[in-house]
Amino acid sequence: MISAVSEDSFLITLSDTVSEDLPARLGSLCDCIEGQNWPWLTDLVPSYTTLLVVYDPLQVDFRQVEAALKTVVSKAPTAGNETTDSHRREVIRIPVYYSPESGPDLESLAAACELSVDEVIRRHTAETYQVYAIGFAPGFGFMGQVDPSIAHPRKETPRSHVPAGSVGIANRQTAVYPVASPGGWQLIGLSPLRLFDSEKLSLLRAGDRVRFLAITRDEYLEQGGAL
Amino acid sequence: MTSAIPGLRVLSPGPKTTIQDTGRTGYRRHGLAAGGAVDLHAYAWANKLLDNPFNAACAEIVMGGFRAVAEGDVTIAIAGANSPVSINGRPVGSWQSHQLKSGDELDIGYTRSGRFLYLAMAGGIDSAIRFGSRSIVVREKLDGSEPLREGEILRRLAPSPEQSSDIRQVPERFRGQYDDTLTLRLIPGYQIDSFSQDQLLRLTTSSYTISEQSDRMGFRLDGTPMADVPPGIVSEGIAIGAVQVPGDGLPIALLNDCQTIGGYPKPGVIAALDCGRLAQRLPGQTVRFRFADIADIQNERRLFHLHFVRTNWDESGNALHWTL
Repeated sequence: MISAVSEDSFLITLSDTVSEDLPARLGSLCDCIEGQNWPWLTDLVPSYTTLLVVYDPLQVDFRQVEAALKTVVSKAPTAGNETTDSHRREVIRIPVYYSPESGPDLESLAAACELSVDEVIRRHTAETYQVYAIGFAPGFGFMGQVDPSIAHPRKETPRSHVPAGSVGIANRQTAVYPVASPGGWQLIGLSPLRLFDSEKLSLLRAGDRVRFLAITRDEYLEQGGAL
Repeated sequence: MTSAIPGLRVLSPGPKTTIQDTGRTGYRRHGLAAGGAVDLHAYAWANKLLDNPFNAACAEIVMGGFRAVAEGDVTIAIAGANSPVSINGRPVGSWQSHQLKSGDELDIGYTRSGRFLYLAMAGGIDSAIRFGSRSIVVREKLDGSEPLREGEILRRLAPSPEQSSDIRQVPERFRGQYDDTLTLRLIPGYQIDSFSQDQLLRLTTSSYTISEQSDRMGFRLDGTPMADVPPGIVSEGIAIGAVQVPGDGLPIALLNDCQTIGGYPKPGVIAALDCGRLAQRLPGQTVRFRFADIADIQNERRLFHLHFVRTNWDESGNALHWTL
């Protein structure tokens, strides 16, 4: 479905519900649209099931954009075929120092899930996650799906300060806070990786695949992490 | 030597002053806000008074309270919220350009109506370009995203040869008026069907007042809440001007510094020029909504833009002529 949203944007909806194949499909749709080199295209915001296409209304009107998008969407690859798979970049590895010291909610989350702390870490690192969307803050990637046995709702009262690099769980999603901010996710560890850089921008892109890797306190500090 | 370039040294930045141009393009997918001048109308006039490029950077002054001293001779222009302006203690007009001699002191008092003032310099303000723009988004807390501080110097870029130093005034009929009740034109979105007829009727027949909780990210509106708001949706990219209705049933109009994705249901998106009119309103002022046609709004937007890029000032300095 393609619908005009505002005087300068359209929303392309691929599905009503979130599914595993959508991030890659949205990623290849982005590539496809960028490949058109439309001079009036000003932004693309993929998110879970949709793609917001922003344009310059001084160069084209909504009818022209709608027609152009229809042509591209009808030609865009669908799930599971070669083009979609080749779009995928390598799995991004995010090192995490999991501990009560770096993840203040790790022990309470383990207790609530009736698992040991080690088992929570094992299950969090066992999965390859997909990046469904970037938002909330620069470089903040919403990733899923977290194993149901370690899924846990957000804290009822968000923290006023979550340090940069914090790794959190909220229901079946997981994320790394790129910069210090308020936040309500259950914090289980810290990553020394910079998720947002003013030059290189967001490390993660919608459609990327991500794996978390447990590291020790010393490794965390060696890689530039702060405690 | 950089100190030879004329500029304005800030004596007091007021409650919040940031550098803004037309904002960032192509960075929202990284989670970066669009940023940019929230009132395109007043911003464009401040630049037009000096024949600056349409996207030249200005200082966006919130609520006035700004003082600066000229270092070298500079031509400036002020447009937007209604504040008393003086140069060396002598009252002067707004919505016009002024020539400052080195040492002249500019004082922009607190606003009496409206919220955002734009201070332009001939040639545009020179500042660091980040993410393809000079716009500052304070809430992102990235390096260099701080508001203007006391002692900072606003340097100007070199003015183009065509730039004149004549004193110009915006014709009366084009000046912003921010006191009357504002009707915001809403482009209906695809989620409109998730709202009931009753809810949409409430939206378009109610008066809302602007809440204290309103800033460059968004304006919260107080009024009779909508009952049984549709449930949240899967988070999707947000257009600037989107009106979202969270569970409490009171609409929030999202502006330039809003988050890039969100999951509240939205009956529509406010026309960009109306977003600027909204941004100029103060807490307690009244706004209403009506649905409007996207084609009309796009036409008006194009005409608005052409009026800045296809007109020239006449010799009197207070009228414009179309160049076709």
